[in-house]
Amino acid sequence: MKIKIEKTSFPSKTKSLTVTLFSVITALLTAAAIFQFYGVNPLSAYEKILYGAFGTPYAWSETIVKTIPLLLCSIGLGVAFKAVIWNIGAEGQLLIGAITATCVALNFPNLPSISLLPLMFISGFIGGAVWGLIPGFLKAEFEADEIITTLMLNYIAENLLKYLVYGPWKGSEEWGFPYTNKFSVSAQLPRIPNTRIHYPTLLIGLILTVLLYILMTKTKLGYEIRVVGESREASKYAGINFKKIILIVMIISGGLAGLAGVGEVAGIHHRLKVGISPGYGYTAIIIAWLGKLNPLGILIASVLFGGLMVGGDMIQVSLGLPFSVINMFNGLILFFVVSGEFLMRYKIKIKR
Amino acid sequence: MEVELIISVLKLTMEAGTPLLLGTLGEIYAERSGVLNLGVEGMMIMGAVTAFASTIYTGNPWVGVAAAAAVGGLMSLIHSFISITLKGNQIVSGLALTMFGLGLSGLIGKNYIGLTVRRINEFSIPALSKIPFLGPIIFQHDLLVYLSLALVPIMWFILFKTRIGINIRSVGENPAAADTLGVNVVLTRYLCVFTGGVLAGVAGAYLSLVYTPEWIEGMTAGKGWIVIALTIFSTWNPLNALVGAYLFGGIDAIQFNLQPLGIPVNVLKMLPYLMTIIVLLMVTRKTIRKKIGAPAALGIPYSREEK
Repeated sequence: MKIKIEKTSFPSKTKSLTVTLFSVITALLTAAAIFQFYGVNPLSAYEKILYGAFGTPYAWSETIVKTIPLLLCSIGLGVAFKAVIWNIGAEGQLLIGAITATCVALNFPNLPSISLLPLMFISGFIGGAVWGLIPGFLKAEFEADEIITTLMLNYIAENLLKYLVYGPWKGSEEWGFPYTNKFSVSAQLPRIPNTRIHYPTLLIGLILTVLLYILMTKTKLGYEIRVVGESREASKYAGINFKKIILIVMIISGGLAGLAGVGEVAGIHHRLKVGISPGYGYTAIIIAWLGKLNPLGILIASVLFGGLMVGGDMIQVSLGLPFSVINMFNGLILFFVVSGEFLMRYKIKIKR
Repeated sequence: MEVELIISVLKLTMEAGTPLLLGTLGEIYAERSGVLNLGVEGMMIMGAVTAFASTIYTGNPWVGVAAAAAVGGLMSLIHSFISITLKGNQIVSGLALTMFGLGLSGLIGKNYIGLTVRRINEFSIPALSKIPFLGPIIFQHDLLVYLSLALVPIMWFILFKTRIGINIRSVGENPAAADTLGVNVVLTRYLCVFTGGVLAGVAGAYLSLVYTPEWIEGMTAGKGWIVIALTIFSTWNPLNALVGAYLFGGIDAIQFNLQPLGIPVNVLKMLPYLMTIIVLLMVTRKTIRKKIGAPAALGIPYSREEK
């Protein structure tokens, strides 16, 4: 008997979907084994996660609350990854978006909502886009590895935020907590009653998902982004300006992460403070990859990971597990998805 | 400035630079063999928590260091399997390793938060440590500092002056040619990535047993990523890694002393990250990259039939 591994042509959609599902299930099983080893009953842990995420209307509403920033970050990252630009910096871009929006909210508290909220979204987009443009520019002009630069900028953004809320922006009404003052009512996003769902941001996310889908499949720019991703050499011969594409995908992915940051401060916390993101920007990397960079896939994956985050909060409280367990899930899922690609690219043949 | 302050800053520089040095030396070997491992942060933090936990149990920090080395090596095998055997995407696999390590270490370390541990003792080298000025800076450390220093020339020598080194570099430059000459590409890459994992694990042990002798979730705080940048900065040469690691260690050490001058903590904390970006800019133009000898096959999986 001989085992032979052969390369296959492009995998079918069904095969690709099956392998992805299989990968996620294997990851969950592995995590179950780790839970068991740790002395936590995996069945009860998963039950709690599922119930906490999707078991009640309230759970669903909280899952959607987490879905909003995840969706915004990951559809943007999807575009960057399509061009094989490794923007790992959505976390920092989100924080900067939150910071610039807060700057507007604190300086123009008396503007009416109808002009203040759009201004906050625009400034958040610009903030995130600029934070994305820095590594984009360094990549385009100096070929600096964007993985490192975007990551370093995450740490810098985090420290900038801390500096602001511990220092110059520290709220006078906040009893020494590292918070800014609460936003004026006109700087707060409306919510669906009895939930924390700030629906304007959700709508923006859904609309942008559709728009980016159209951009990627129906426009010349989308075509150029895809060509750059498939082969940088080929794009050169096709006369595509590679540097321009880098800057554009960084503006899109950074700007969208910035919008997510606006949603968090204007829709959830109504102030800027430390810890507004429990790692949305990092989780979005997996969602973009898991959704195979396809907007519909990304939407579904965002809801699932939103649920995982809410469920993760639940087991943190009820089973006393640290929140970082979510990171473990994320890592495992990513391992199996990237391994699963092997199954898609190769066929294993057994000959007698 | 008083001499004593200078001495304490320089001593701290070496201590802060040691985990970076260990990590960078290991990543140099991995990348020289053609494998990019972005999982250093994850291996390092797993090393930190393993070392801490096993020292609590056994009371012997050296058992902790050994356990951390083993765990770092094991973690690296996951990355090797995905990126070498399955030829998966190295960037995604490395990121996954980092996330997995950060998560699992949080889970393992939960019960160890707030505990104290028997740290590794300082070992003053007789006679040499009595030299004025230099003595206390260089010769009054724990053994891991000396070990990391000793590894610099050893790893340089192996990489550039021995048969093994030639094999490693040829696998990273042109795996197909190395294969034809009878070098086992897969094994070489596995061993190099493993070396990187072991050293990242020991770097983590240094953090939780010496540098800040306690367990704090996420205590590596991006040091694994700085290692990735230092590997480029060092132009994949162990001797230069020493310079890079101590340079960054120095920034870390100076932070503590600039704080009293009224510069906000969080502004100072940005320095190493800013510095990483600047350093990267200095060394990564493509033309320069070729000149400084970046491994040509870095990040590209090798399969025989695709020759």
